[in-house]
Amino acid sequence: MSGYSKEQLLARLQELNINFASYDHPAVLTVEAQAKYVGHLGGALSKNLFLKDKKHRFYVISALSGTNVDLKVLSQRLGLGKGGLRMAPEEALQEILQVSLGCVTPFALINESARSVSLLLDQGFKAHESCFFHPLSNEMTISVNTRDLDKFLISIGRNPAYVDLEATPLVGKDQPPDLASLVPSETPSLVGAPEKVVQNQAPDGNHAPAEKKGINKSKAAAKEKTTGSAKKFVAATDVGKLIDEIINKTCASVLIEVNKDSEDQSKVSLGHLLEKVSQKIGPDLESIAMSFKNAAYIEGFHAGLHSVIDRGIQGLSSPR
Amino acid sequence: MASEDGQKAGGAGGENEGAEEMVVNPWEVAVKGGGKIDYDKLIEKFGCQRLDSSLVRRVERLTSRPAHVFLRRGVFFAHRDLEEILDLYERGEKFYLYTGRGPSSEALHLGHLVPFMFTKYLQDAFKVPLVIQLTDDEKCMWKNLSVEECKRLARENAKDIIACGFDITKLSSSPTLIMLVGKLFGCAFYENMVRVSKCVTFNKVVGIFGFTPEDHIGKISFPPVQAVPSFPSSFPHLFSGNDNLRCLIPCAIDQGCCSRIGYQKPALIESSFFPALQGETGKMSASDPNSAIYVTDSAKDIKNKVNRYAFSGGRDSIELHRKYGANLEVDIPIKYLGFFLEDDDELEHIKTEYGAGRMLTGEVKKRLIEVLSEMVERHCKARAAVTDEMVDAFMAVRPLPNMFS
Repeated sequence: MSGYSKEQLLARLQELNINFASYDHPAVLTVEAQAKYVGHLGGALSKNLFLKDKKHRFYVISALSGTNVDLKVLSQRLGLGKGGLRMAPEEALQEILQVSLGCVTPFALINESARSVSLLLDQGFKAHESCFFHPLSNEMTISVNTRDLDKFLISIGRNPAYVDLEATPLVGKDQPPDLASLVPSETPSLVGAPEKVVQNQAPDGNHAPAEKKGINKSKAAAKEKTTGSAKKFVAATDVGKLIDEIINKTCASVLIEVNKDSEDQSKVSLGHLLEKVSQKIGPDLESIAMSFKNAAYIEGFHAGLHSVIDRGIQGLSSPR
Repeated sequence: MASEDGQKAGGAGGENEGAEEMVVNPWEVAVKGGGKIDYDKLIEKFGCQRLDSSLVRRVERLTSRPAHVFLRRGVFFAHRDLEEILDLYERGEKFYLYTGRGPSSEALHLGHLVPFMFTKYLQDAFKVPLVIQLTDDEKCMWKNLSVEECKRLARENAKDIIACGFDITKLSSSPTLIMLVGKLFGCAFYENMVRVSKCVTFNKVVGIFGFTPEDHIGKISFPPVQAVPSFPSSFPHLFSGNDNLRCLIPCAIDQGCCSRIGYQKPALIESSFFPALQGETGKMSASDPNSAIYVTDSAKDIKNKVNRYAFSGGRDSIELHRKYGANLEVDIPIKYLGFFLEDDDELEHIKTEYGAGRMLTGEVKKRLIEVLSEMVERHCKARAAVTDEMVDAFMAVRPLPNMFS
């Protein structure tokens, strides 16, 4: 299992032009111990929890060390019921986040194995110029600001989600759980060493991140397909999702133009208004549709490839 | 690639305007003395012609759609043999596009995207296929990066390129040495490399690229790799039998020199340089993060960079500004809007108001920030949708049955 090393992470941060300061210290397992070495440096210490729910979905909660995190409240806000969240077992730490005890960190999401882990960040981080996290090793602490943390997260295909972790909104029949969109849509399926993976998230924050898993072509022939791969292309070629996005974008843009128009003194014709709408959303819709077309083509390409491989395995010659 | 002697920029007549010297090569663009880049001299130096408005109108007629912003605004301003390409297109013949990138860093900035955005328009407008070359081996040899790192960067850059909105059913990757590996010998691409290499003397490459005896032979043997994709016979799985297919290369004007190597010149369409945030005197560089807007920049980054670093042509005080108006010649936000603001009327309006001093720098920058943020967000989203399987397919040797439709 090849998880990212601290050096690889730091190299990646440098490539992304992320400024960070790093501090070496003896291994620490708790925030208190970490505070002994870096607490005086003026940044905000973080406490990081690795949790799982009853359906074997995983979460990293990264909060200011002073924030009160009530798992019962969070569990309800995520729509998991009252006792739905508990600490994840140690094996999961190794298998999914690929870090050791005492080393949970948002940066662990750089690993493919952590692709379906949901990350909740304390809104309180934004009030600090720099925050302390472990860079995949508990013998070092790095300090970054939230802008750079976001840059890193976006670079690994994540949409940073900042949450007021101390809020206690009512959750009931008429008040849906406010963090429900942060629940992962897939449970992690760990098959040997998965190839690189891209997290697909629509920035208009609709539902839980959709996922795709990469399969190395030469390994596919030798390995049985897993349940995860069935969902592999589903999200990217989901027609319903595509249409929803198109309709939402169009309606939102029409509303904006209509509101603008009603504020303006000079009334414009409907035709003119619609023309502005189509100018505004045209490039975005083209981009969305092209991503869809490409994803569908790739699905077909790989299906064709595998059908040729399968025919080869069965001793049949490939079709001319 | 090239390291042209700066003194030659004076032109055939030998005239020397003051102490200005221009250095233009694929690695460096600078004007000594801090002056502006003289594109007329470059056109003369590289043996091209101006892309005038009648040609732009011809393109519009032939493609039945408005010309791309970059053509309308003169970003792509020079060409070689473009008229021949348009002639053959009008006759019903085909051509294909070839462009590329040396993947030396993961961080792509907007200047890098410009040729790809334009190439996408060309592909859509003329309905022709595109071959993209990611010269991971070139970067390996010139920048001393490891082979693994170059391969990884090539894949990452491929994702950004695909995210520009290319239709993968019309997009093929040109094999580079690193990707060819065991398939190298016996393959048509390599055969053409051998042919081209035999046509170029050592003296010629020294003259074009400025090699010295201390340069390692990897650098010296590389140039044919870049020339060969301009020959359709290098891609038998795409263009088999169609040996007369012409090739059109959209590129920045400093890249055109490499096409001098081939014995059958491809057509070129060339762009001016995308200016750095700090001003017109140079081009964006991946080694100076504040000289450019990166595709990974957040909305906050873009706002910060434009507000703090974008060189303004506005006057020092509001009174002076209202009196004299802004200096549009050096104002970077106006230039960037010239690249990326689609609406011609809005751009004209902004230029008029700003130039007359009625609009302030802050407003212009605000509009630019909006435009850039939208673009970068769209790119990010599209890039997130590019999977490793897509990159695998892009780099696979695969036919494109609908490439001309």
